[in-house]
Amino acid sequence: MNAPADYLLHLADNAVVLGQRNAEWCGHGPILEEDIAMGNVSLDYIGQARLLYQLAATRLGGDATEDKLAYFRDDTQFRNYTLLELPHNGPLVGYAKADRDYATTIVRNFLYGALMVLVWDALEKSSDSDLAAIAAKSLKEARYHLHHAADWVVRFGDGTEESHQRVQAALDHLFPYTEEFWTPSAVEDAAVASGAGVDVRTLRAAWDAIVNDTLGQGTLVRPQGRGYVPEGKHGRHSEHLGYLLGEMQGLARAHPGATW
Amino acid sequence: MYTQAMDIPDESGKKLASVSNAPSEQEAAFEARIEADGRIEPQDWMPEAYRKTLVRQISQHAHSEIVGMLPEGNWISRAPSLKRKAILIAKVQDEGGHGLYLYSAAETLGTSREQMLEGLHSGKAKYSSIFNYPTLNWADVGVIGWLVDGAAIMNQIPLCRCSYGPYSRAMIRVCKEESFHQRQGYEALLVMMQGSEAQKAMVQDAVNRLWWKCLAMFGPPDADSPHSAQGMRWGIKRISNDELRQKFVDATVPQAKVLGVTLPDPDLKWNEARGHYDYGQIDWAEFWNTVEGNGPCNKERLATRVKAHNDGQWVRDAAQAYARKQQERAMKEAA
Amino acid sequence: MTTPALKEWPLWEVFVRSKQGLEHKHCGSLHAADAAQALHMARDVYTRRQEGVSIWVVPSASITASNPDDKGELFDPAADKIYRHPTFYEIPEEVGHM
Repeated sequence: MNAPADYLLHLADNAVVLGQRNAEWCGHGPILEEDIAMGNVSLDYIGQARLLYQLAATRLGGDATEDKLAYFRDDTQFRNYTLLELPHNGPLVGYAKADRDYATTIVRNFLYGALMVLVWDALEKSSDSDLAAIAAKSLKEARYHLHHAADWVVRFGDGTEESHQRVQAALDHLFPYTEEFWTPSAVEDAAVASGAGVDVRTLRAAWDAIVNDTLGQGTLVRPQGRGYVPEGKHGRHSEHLGYLLGEMQGLARAHPGATW
Repeated sequence: MYTQAMDIPDESGKKLASVSNAPSEQEAAFEARIEADGRIEPQDWMPEAYRKTLVRQISQHAHSEIVGMLPEGNWISRAPSLKRKAILIAKVQDEGGHGLYLYSAAETLGTSREQMLEGLHSGKAKYSSIFNYPTLNWADVGVIGWLVDGAAIMNQIPLCRCSYGPYSRAMIRVCKEESFHQRQGYEALLVMMQGSEAQKAMVQDAVNRLWWKCLAMFGPPDADSPHSAQGMRWGIKRISNDELRQKFVDATVPQAKVLGVTLPDPDLKWNEARGHYDYGQIDWAEFWNTVEGNGPCNKERLATRVKAHNDGQWVRDAAQAYARKQQERAMKEAA
Repeated sequence: MTTPALKEWPLWEVFVRSKQGLEHKHCGSLHAADAAQALHMARDVYTRRQEGVSIWVVPSASITASNPDDKGELFDPAADKIYRHPTFYEIPEEVGHM
């Protein structure tokens, strides 16, 4: 059975928003080699988003296209995790500006990467064969993303005093946002019921194991939850998504109907 | 991407002529190999002036690739379709790769990347002046691919036969990747030129702003190009600035016609007698002013590179510290 | 590797096998803090267009190279051993390929 289109959009929005964020480093990386590596991560995410939007567009029919879905939906229609839209710095209001912090970038890629390795692995067996094919391709990419991010988490944690302090601060800031992973939305429930989706609650133990192992290697402390569950995947976002989409969608929306 | 800066002397380049005091036998062997169109490899003896000129040329080229990431990077977040966004990320990333290949080639001459970056960050080393102009609309991305990378390819293909082995090998790798850059740019413009009036106007605006800068990219006229003659003799430079510029104009005019854009030069016309297109006067005063640091974006470009490097220091330190700890642990275990 | 200063990551030489059955070929160098990282970075820097199926990285400082000044004594003596090459020998045509 096919996955509900909204479920595909949830997966696609995750990928496009994180791809957009990671690509902000292009040309500004801490060293040339890493700049190039992060470019590959961004490209993988944009690639995943395209496949998922294309599939969603086919399922939705009408005049839906990959770019209509990415560029002409408003922030309340976006179904990505709140974690993924946050800027590359500590907690600040939407219009505040701060330097990008690589520890924040890496910790987010790690927390999300650890989830997606498990999600794609499960979705390889999806009853939706098109989604299963995307999962098979994405799983390889996700493994590399997780490897890349986990490697840096350990290096930062067990590196210098400054890097340890930065990566711990990034963890403290971002970890609470992962609560959203574990509370299924109605769309996710529907996807599970159809046999096309994965019940995220079944992934939690494996995710905990990955996270605890890496944090242990990096001599880092796992932050306590604070009872707050973000609701990005329900379309209720942080102050940051509006800015991200304003930038991403502005040119396309100034020329509706144009081909690029 | 590429640099015209080949010909632009910097601090280290000014006193080159007097540096060489080599034993004549080695020098003769070197000259003979150059004469025979042979290749020089890192451990071979070479005149100090040859080494310094190469380091300057290759590092300027590398800096151009790295600074060149910024003007196009300016549009990654706003690319109007996901396909174009992916293409642009891949392209800007490739430029980083090209810079890396080139820094690696220069490192074989005994200059570390750190030293080269210090040269760039202190403003001593130059990079292509084309990157000191802003990218003001989305079509700039396409025009940079078509014209700037087109000019780059003109310049780079002869360098695949450069006398210095590591440089020529780096250039072969760069050239393989570069043709994607030019084609994606031209294709993006073709699509825009088949679109709305607003899209067409963007393309023409970008061409108007960048055309003359691209012609200047090939460097000063041969008559005013002091380093050229020596570079040609050494096989570091293969074709003169003016010759390459002419080749570029001749190749570009028909492409512009297919595209349907006007090249902003009233003097541009076919000269039957020469078998080439004639073109108007390049504004060299403006060019030199930009090279000297006074273009619209020089300060922004450089400050952005310096900031990225400084902000990344703790990341590089962390990796190094971790590697050291791991090594010490391994040694303790072995002991 | 050799520099004690923290200033710069060491340099690594990268060798890539373009497809199964072929040898690893030198393709360039890069900076990385250690071998594991060098491997990953080599993947990102040198195989963006499916150029490889396997990668080796070697600390640049670990390579011992022959001295160009010895080129004569090392390599010239092989020049007159033309009997090592199959084309040195003439075989009657009716024997066919050998």
